[in-house]
Amino acid sequence: MLQLFKFKGGVKPDTHKAPSLQQPIGRAPLPPRLIVPLHQSIGGIPNPLVEVGEYVLKGQCIGSADQWLSSAVHAPSSGTVVAVEERVAAHPSGLPTLSVVIETDGRDQWIERSPVDYQRLAPERVREILRDSGVVGLGGAVFPSHAKLAAAKSVAMDELVINGAECEPFMTCDDMLMRERAEEIVRGAGIFRDLLKPKRVLIGIEDNKPEAVAAMSAAVRELEADYAEFEVIAVPTRYPAGGAKQLIRVLTGKEVPASRRSPEMGVQCFNVATAYTAWRAIAHGEPVISRIVTLTGNVDAPRNWEALIGTPIRDFVALGTPQADTNSYLMGGPMMGFELPSLEAPLVKASNCIIAGSKTLFPPALPEMPCIRCGACAQVCPHELAPFEMYWFARARNFGKTQEYKIFDCIECGCCSYVCPSHIPLVQYFRFAKSEIWSREREKNKADAAKARFESRNEREERDKAEKAARLAKAAAAKKAAPVVSESTASAAPAAAAAVDSASEAQAAKQAAIAAAIERARVQREAVQPKNTDALTIAQRKEIEQIEARRAPLQGATSSTDTASQPSPKEEQ
Amino acid sequence: MLTAILIMALGAIVLGSALGYASIKFKVEGNPLVEKIEAILPQTQCGQCGYPGCKPYAEAIAEGEAEINLCPPGGQEGVRKLADLLGREVKPLDAEEKPKQVAIIDEQTCIGCTLCIQACPVDAIVGAAKQMHTIVGALCTGCELCLPPCPVECISMARITENIDSWKWKYPVIEIKQLKRVA
Amino acid sequence: MNFSTPPYLAQNVSVQRVMLQVLAALLPGIAAYVWLLGPAVLVQLVVASACALAAEAAMLRLLGKPLALYLGDGSALVTAWLIALAFPPLAPWWLIVVGVLFAIVIAKHLYGGLGQNPFNPAMIAFAVAIVSFPALMSQWPPVDTNAGFVDQLALIFGLAPRIDAMSGATPLDALKTALKLGEGSVSVAKIVADTSTYGQLAGRGWEWVAAAYLLGGLWLWQRKVISAHAPFAFIGGIALFAGALWLWNPAQFANPLFHLFSGGTMLGAFFIVTDPVSGCTTPKGKLIFGFAAGVLAYLIRVFGGYPDGVAFAVLLLNICVPLIDLYTQPPIFGMKGKP
Repeated sequence: MLQLFKFKGGVKPDTHKAPSLQQPIGRAPLPPRLIVPLHQSIGGIPNPLVEVGEYVLKGQCIGSADQWLSSAVHAPSSGTVVAVEERVAAHPSGLPTLSVVIETDGRDQWIERSPVDYQRLAPERVREILRDSGVVGLGGAVFPSHAKLAAAKSVAMDELVINGAECEPFMTCDDMLMRERAEEIVRGAGIFRDLLKPKRVLIGIEDNKPEAVAAMSAAVRELEADYAEFEVIAVPTRYPAGGAKQLIRVLTGKEVPASRRSPEMGVQCFNVATAYTAWRAIAHGEPVISRIVTLTGNVDAPRNWEALIGTPIRDFVALGTPQADTNSYLMGGPMMGFELPSLEAPLVKASNCIIAGSKTLFPPALPEMPCIRCGACAQVCPHELAPFEMYWFARARNFGKTQEYKIFDCIECGCCSYVCPSHIPLVQYFRFAKSEIWSREREKNKADAAKARFESRNEREERDKAEKAARLAKAAAAKKAAPVVSESTASAAPAAAAAVDSASEAQAAKQAAIAAAIERARVQREAVQPKNTDALTIAQRKEIEQIEARRAPLQGATSSTDTASQPSPKEEQ
Repeated sequence: MLTAILIMALGAIVLGSALGYASIKFKVEGNPLVEKIEAILPQTQCGQCGYPGCKPYAEAIAEGEAEINLCPPGGQEGVRKLADLLGREVKPLDAEEKPKQVAIIDEQTCIGCTLCIQACPVDAIVGAAKQMHTIVGALCTGCELCLPPCPVECISMARITENIDSWKWKYPVIEIKQLKRVA
Repeated sequence: MNFSTPPYLAQNVSVQRVMLQVLAALLPGIAAYVWLLGPAVLVQLVVASACALAAEAAMLRLLGKPLALYLGDGSALVTAWLIALAFPPLAPWWLIVVGVLFAIVIAKHLYGGLGQNPFNPAMIAFAVAIVSFPALMSQWPPVDTNAGFVDQLALIFGLAPRIDAMSGATPLDALKTALKLGEGSVSVAKIVADTSTYGQLAGRGWEWVAAAYLLGGLWLWQRKVISAHAPFAFIGGIALFAGALWLWNPAQFANPLFHLFSGGTMLGAFFIVTDPVSGCTTPKGKLIFGFAAGVLAYLIRVFGGYPDGVAFAVLLLNICVPLIDLYTQPPIFGMKGKP
């Protein structure tokens, strides 16, 4: 038996997992409309590949990865694209994001699928397939998986950790997936193993899921021949044991700080659902168009559903029949999830769990009291930080100090807020401080760039001026050398005066010409502009309208593109 | 009496030479204050302060010639930071605070005169004579310097609105009134 | 906008619960106190509580803070009870009132209220009282005092003259005075042989009160309301110094057990140095804080002019807390063994 390690801190909230485990995974019905946001992973925003009115097939790529750290998006079912526009996202801000809206035709017709034998392909090609199949971390972080599948150059890969811990209360999607589809998870983990070549593959599952442990163990035993280095390990149940860093710590004893990436320490971690989708993508040619979502909480029929990405959450929650006193819906678990700003938002790849909330299930936050420095938060912090110190400085907006207390090592697990006797929303303060620091970093980069451009422009102008002066001096010298200028100095003065006169006259003439040009432009603008679109055919007008419609969001989006193109400091972390 | 004077004199000499040595050894090139001030200024290079760019304004502040409340893009926040740095008193901003914005050229009206290109302090406008011009949104600092030269008034300023990528978590709200009601 | 924030689950904890548990842990000590010295201390507790709540309410009102929320947190009551237990049981009522007012108004609210005070309010009150009224603060009734409850009440409320019979010293103080008077010719063993004052261990009656505080403190530790670092370091600091000097010269220095079970040692260890607000927060910091406070308390009580040294020791260490915390930050996850 493997020697297990411990991580410090952690809490043991009630799990509430039993209700959604009574039924097998159900297949959610096809909704009439699917809203598929293009940006569903960390990294670059995929470029839309479809236009309004286009017919798409199930599994057809509708957004292609725009850089290495990005992931493709696919049509979850067949139908017609009715809009490519900004729609409210499943995001705590409630702000819209560019989405493809598909009206399904009910035929659910697949595009031609091409399974591949990955063992014959170059690793690079396998990663490309995973990227173009939209395989991302389904534990909730949605980091593109292909980008995690390269071992560090200097460090040999020791362990591959497959995360089936699922420590969040209420959530059971990974548990059900492991019970029902263990073999495919193991085979998917096999793909990761073949790309990373680790010495051991450790599948960690919290010991409150004995059925999942049994199913996974059975699958590993059955496939013994090819998966000899696989081991299924039950880890003690304690939130947040399912955090990647905590699970790595428990299984391998290695601690990955925020400043390092796990491959540098010879370990990598993937969620079980990610392994499953990787196998579907490679061996069946099916891109990620659905996922298992737990629907639980204040509903009559809690259950796990295999639901299409893009299913409006309103349609989805109806499957569970929410009770009358439901007042909120959470996406993700109650510890790290967020309250959905709108039910119009669709399910996305990050949607592992939807919880209907009520006043009794999630009582409203109690009023915040002052911190009494009891240190309970520091005792439960799995990253061994001092939350009360960070809170103190975040509250005072002293962001430099929060960084001294390592705020970027905080994983926002919520343990500190959970135990705080003063009911301080600590995580909220930390999120506020972090996003404020990032935003300042962005501003700073922008200001530095502006300064550099301004300085280089000034330099260029100086240079131009100097060159012009040199040219003029040269010309003057040439003129002087020529014998033409040999008049008496007496006549020079009036000549100079005349020259000044003519110069000012020329200036005036120039001014008048400019004024005339402006006047012409004004007249033109007033007179010609409407005429421009007068005698047009209907087809031409329609075309112009379409162009204008396309242009409008782009013009509105100039602001967004500039911030988006700035590399966010988060990704650099 | 004499010993006391001698001791004091000796102390003065030792300390004085130590200070003199330190000032040579740890000499700082340039004026670090100007750099610190410039780091606070938003680098829009808009000239709204009356100086031709952020650096000249920073120099003027460091010299004590300029007030610290002349930078509208920096906003009241910027005034506060400058006051913190310089130990001066916080003053209300000498202009209206404006939201962040970006310039947009109405490409159908543009006559391709290149006047705005010459006016842009950060080279954020691309175009050529008698060709349509456009603004590179990511580089525009929203300084409005391109507005006055345009002969056909085809440039407008658009507010930069929050989007999903620039969205920030908010400061946790503590409503004292609400607490009172709960209590 | 009032949006809810994750996590949406919370443990059933509150400042009020923490404070109530501290109050509950004081009950065994109070019971022993009443049993051995009569119910006078209950009167002091009532006076102190009423005064603390009134002062707290007035200050909250003045500062515009939500009254019911903060008044119910129990922190003022903890301060009040500690003051009542630290002061002599027959001290005049106004002395208690002065102490409580000083603690709540100046030491607590003028520094920002709950969670912001750099000094322990109860110890501030004790220090102010002992400096301003040294005579009154040194008058401790003998155990099994023959005065009835009515007489005690009369004393507290100034209705009877403060006769000498009512004003002994604590065993700790008595020992110090006896040693001083003996000028090196009297040994500790000879003095404490008088069990009518010095009991079996560390003062008749008082040793039992101290033991009851220890019991309450251990319960708090078991409930995880306090951590063991500070109290045991405090006890260790006293025991170490007392032990060393006792081994060196047992005739002039009392044994460590005497020091642990007399004076404010146990009350201080489990209810004063464990105060989270004014104490250290890192595990190592708590150890340093507790140990240094213990050593200081011992030195002040043995070599200083005051009957006991806990209050001054804690206040002196309170000043050092930010520094200790700064240099004892534990390494975080993944950064152990690295600079």
